[in-house]
Amino acid sequence: MKITSISENTVLILFDQVINPDNFALVKNSMDVIEEALDDYIIDIIPSYASIHISFNLTKVSGMEFRKKLTLLLGNQQQFNEQNKSTKIINIPVYYGPEVGFDIDFIAQRAQLNKDEVARIHSDKTYDVYAIGFTPGFAYLGCVDERISCPRKHTPRSIVPKGSLGIADLQTAIYPVASPGGWQIIGRTPLKLLDYTQESLTPFSTGDKVKFIPIDKSEFLRLGGEM
Amino acid sequence: MSLEIIKPGFLSLVQDYGRYGYQKVGITNGGPLDEHAFLWANYLLNNNHNDAQIEINFGNFEAKFVKDTMIILCGGDLGATLNDDKLPTWQTHPVKSGDVIKIYTPKTGLRAYLAVKGGFQVIEHLSSCATVIREKLGGLKRSGDKIKEGEKIEYICSGHRVSRRIPPQFLPEYPNHITLRFIPNTTVTGVDHEAIERFTQITYEVSQNIDRMGYRLIGEPLKLSSTGIISQGISMGAIQMPHDGQPIVLLKDRQTMGGYPLIGCVNYLDCSQLVQSKPGTTISFLKFDLNDAEAEFMLYKKFFDLPF
Repeated sequence: MKITSISENTVLILFDQVINPDNFALVKNSMDVIEEALDDYIIDIIPSYASIHISFNLTKVSGMEFRKKLTLLLGNQQQFNEQNKSTKIINIPVYYGPEVGFDIDFIAQRAQLNKDEVARIHSDKTYDVYAIGFTPGFAYLGCVDERISCPRKHTPRSIVPKGSLGIADLQTAIYPVASPGGWQIIGRTPLKLLDYTQESLTPFSTGDKVKFIPIDKSEFLRLGGEM
Repeated sequence: MSLEIIKPGFLSLVQDYGRYGYQKVGITNGGPLDEHAFLWANYLLNNNHNDAQIEINFGNFEAKFVKDTMIILCGGDLGATLNDDKLPTWQTHPVKSGDVIKIYTPKTGLRAYLAVKGGFQVIEHLSSCATVIREKLGGLKRSGDKIKEGEKIEYICSGHRVSRRIPPQFLPEYPNHITLRFIPNTTVTGVDHEAIERFTQITYEVSQNIDRMGYRLIGEPLKLSSTGIISQGISMGAIQMPHDGQPIVLLKDRQTMGGYPLIGCVNYLDCSQLVQSKPGTTISFLKFDLNDAEAEFMLYKKFFDLPF
């Protein structure tokens, strides 16, 4: 684990740069400990697969002090509590058609598969929510089958439509709102995944499980999907 | 009893200091792109640092005041007039009921901040009225919409006071070439000291692709050995390097997380210079010491009496 300053008032705690449930349990546990002990100093906190990004209050603590507090806190942590394994499974219908899955042909060719196989391999797995971020309610899910993993696009798209399902390396996620983005797009969900009138804002919480249910075009449109 | 919008301009947005504490669910901070101009506007009116203002991007704005107050316009020179007389920026002015402010096109800089004594009265949306179009958050209708023709924005009546202006040493210039100081980042795979040295030797140009999320720059492509990192939280001013080797400096409406390699982070205070830069402005980057940057930022926070 490494604690490093990124800017005048942000620090990054870097864990082993691997994506797996054990490493992530360490992230989640550290996050809980930090929020409990150092809440007064924290403006914003962003946990992820293998890191925690913190904006701290520079009017209350210097960067050097804050890094020291983190080092002492996390260094003294002898054991990690058992995580409360979330058993909630969220089903998300997805249309994997080429009209909305702009890059599914590219991934299929790269993997020497046909695009139905890409959809099947993608929807066979149950994924874990490793992080929420990038845009509101954007849930980072892992891990996709290695056969269909694919790096991000060389240049991000200026606009990725709302509901788009993408792959980046071993990660997969849905764009809940239209935004710029570089993930390889393989399909789209008709569901609304962000609602500011709900207290939770998004159906996803870190630790949930997600399953994608393939649907055809007519079902996609019937559920309110937009082309 | 409000400001009546006659012409909303290209992109005029209600902004307060920003929406903090929601990054955990992916909600960005928002807030004034040029924080320096925004804070001086509130400071010179003796407002709270968080009081809402109108961020007028690229001009073409016209509005009528319906009651007396003190106002200020800070930021770029967008050719502003009050009742068709030139309205000097960075100093407070009294306005009377019926006065009309017009803002034309950018001469220097790109954005100006219109503030009134006591701030515009806008209902908060998730603790802030900062408008983030992409997230459909904040603004007059709590829908993330930009300001539209015919809308009315409430403010409180205030008596006239002695005019105050920014001390000249704090008055920014918006030249055709700027140097941005940055804190290098070598903790990320694929970005080493050599890559950072090369980065500082390249002269970049501001592209046409600039918005409240980030500024895309154009220059000699910088190739890194890394194709990506495991997505992590992203700081204000972070310099992302996508595979095409053309950097993006991320700003107030940035995504909270990202997976492109990071070269470092532009000094928070220097971001105010960047966001007033037009396409074609050339940029050099200069390595800057973290402790010096922190000290400067601390003084700024103390001066404006910021709670964080």
